Amino acid sequence: MLEIKNLHARIAEDGTEIIRGLNLTVKAGEVAAIMGPNGSGKSTLSYILSGREDYEVTEGDILYNGESILELDASERAAKGIFLAFQYPVEIPGVATMQFLKVAMNEQRKYRGESELSTPDFMRRVKEAAAELKISPEMLKRPLNVGFSGGEKKRAEVLQMALLEPKLCVLDETDSGLDIDALKIVADGVNALRSPDRAVIVITHYQRLLDYIVPDTVHVLYKGQVIKSGPKELAHELEANGYADIIGAAA
Amino acid sequence: MTAHIPAPMTAAESALMDAYAAQLGDLPGDGAVLSARDTLLSELKAAGLPTRRVEAWHYTDLRALLRTVPTYDATAFVQPVEPLTAGSAVLRVLGGHADASGAPEGLDVITYAQSLLDGSAAGDLAARGDEDAIGRLNGSFVRDGLEVSLAEDSVLAQPLELQIVQSAGQSHLRFPFTFGARSKATVIERHLSQGDTASLISSVSDLIIEDGADVTWILVQEQGASDTHLGQLNFELGADAQFRLFVINAGGKLVRQEVHGVVNGEGSDFKLRAVNLMGGESHTDLTFTLGHDVPNTTSTEIIRNVVFDRARGVFQGQIRVAQDAQKTDAKMACNTLLLSDDADFSAKPELEIFADDVQCGHGATVIDLNPTHLYYLQARGIPEKRARQMLVNAFVDEVVEELEDEAVVAALEGIIETWLDRHA
Repeated sequence: MLEIKNLHARIAEDGTEIIRGLNLTVKAGEVAAIMGPNGSGKSTLSYILSGREDYEVTEGDILYNGESILELDASERAAKGIFLAFQYPVEIPGVATMQFLKVAMNEQRKYRGESELSTPDFMRRVKEAAAELKISPEMLKRPLNVGFSGGEKKRAEVLQMALLEPKLCVLDETDSGLDIDALKIVADGVNALRSPDRAVIVITHYQRLLDYIVPDTVHVLYKGQVIKSGPKELAHELEANGYADIIGAAA
Repeated sequence: MTAHIPAPMTAAESALMDAYAAQLGDLPGDGAVLSARDTLLSELKAAGLPTRRVEAWHYTDLRALLRTVPTYDATAFVQPVEPLTAGSAVLRVLGGHADASGAPEGLDVITYAQSLLDGSAAGDLAARGDEDAIGRLNGSFVRDGLEVSLAEDSVLAQPLELQIVQSAGQSHLRFPFTFGARSKATVIERHLSQGDTASLISSVSDLIIEDGADVTWILVQEQGASDTHLGQLNFELGADAQFRLFVINAGGKLVRQEVHGVVNGEGSDFKLRAVNLMGGESHTDLTFTLGHDVPNTTSTEIIRNVVFDRARGVFQGQIRVAQDAQKTDAKMACNTLLLSDDADFSAKPELEIFADDVQCGHGATVIDLNPTHLYYLQARGIPEKRARQMLVNAFVDEVVEELEDEAVVAALEGIIETWLDRHA
């Protein structure tokens, strides 16, 4: 589903290279965890996958279902099924949450040549998905993410993900700022989306989230490269011994 | 000693003088009205159209900007349209001709042509002062309009729409309104254009809001892309009265809308909310003066401007607080979204405070769309154009949503969305 080949990327503004020859393959149905110390390029990788214009790819390619997505902008990538759950979801005053959800769902449908949702159909979908994630109708009446607590923002991200039904989900530190109850709700939401035709990339610092969203593969990112890949047990190893051994071995 | 040699008249100035001569026998009015018109025209001739050297017109050089004046055309065809909100009472001025029928109960309406003919309008025509080019132009040429009074304690259950439609030529209109004590009403002054022919419209609304009245006035300006709109709204606010004025400029090639208010009753509150949408090569000026003349009054002004393309915008806002007007609370904010490198906006807030125990403030900001907001919306599959529209809309909608009537809010949001569809 996703194939990243020898990817090099830098910050557009100052040219700082962050991703330095990264290779990664994620298959349909797979849940891949990406771990690594601060500053290794985890969040940057998620932004580049989503098409954020602050970064430039200088070498290599990103293939999604066999096709390069480098020339697509963020909205086209999203409409093709790539979803990034943000570490820090953005507050947008003046944009109503429900309006945002409706426009996003319908614009994606339009891009794919599908008909727009009727208002009752849209309402029903939102109501059902919101109930699963324990999101109150009051929250949905507020402007997008405005005044939401950290946990509410993360749940709102998973709500968007559930409604947009992406094929490739990238979760950027979705566990940060969550207490254990919120973490379980979010993890249940993600697990409900696991399916043979969908891939999930979970970016995290901690083993904790991976107790709830159990990965098929674990990849260690360091200085913009994947320096080690392995089965889910690799995460336990990292939890016990830290990154030093692996970084030392790779150096 | 050097003699003052007046600048030669511009094409537009000559056209105005010629138009007056041509229409003289035809302009409605008794002797007193005609003499008032003559005075105004000779003042206009002596001063010429204002240039940037006239302080009130510094950012809108009317002499340079008003290049041509379309010829008066009594037969220019227009069609009535549906009111902005269903259920509104509608009074129409079509192609410059007012119709006094259709008023709801409690409202006393005559055409302004009638007031000109019987001479009762003669006392209202004088200009506000030396810099009042709109008053002079309008007073010289005014032919019609509506004179309306709402009886004491009357409440209009539905909004009243003044539907003013123009397709070509010139139209000069007046709308004197009296809102009786403790009356309550919402009025929509709606300027529309039909066809692409250039028009010149001047429109002066004079509002007297008596003690305890509660008035919402919504001025919607949607002239065509080649039209000139010169508007003026004057108001006096009585004791314990409430006045909410909402201005939306969403059209016109050359637009100047003036608002001049005097707060002369204690305990009153005034709110101005304005949305100025500017695109193409247009020039839009909102000029506002407010006098707090008595103690214990409040006012707030929030102006939101959106500027695309090579458009130019101006906001001048002046609040004067008289020496006696202690405990005045006045706040003014002007926020501008500049969406092109060639767009231009000038903001000139002024406070003149002669009292010592007051709360007064003003602020002006200029911003671009937040790139992080844009990215977030795009990352959810919303194409850039639509995402930009949503963010621009969010910037102005905050102001629109303050209006209480949901049907009015929906109608104004519709106007804004339609405008953004064409320009964003």
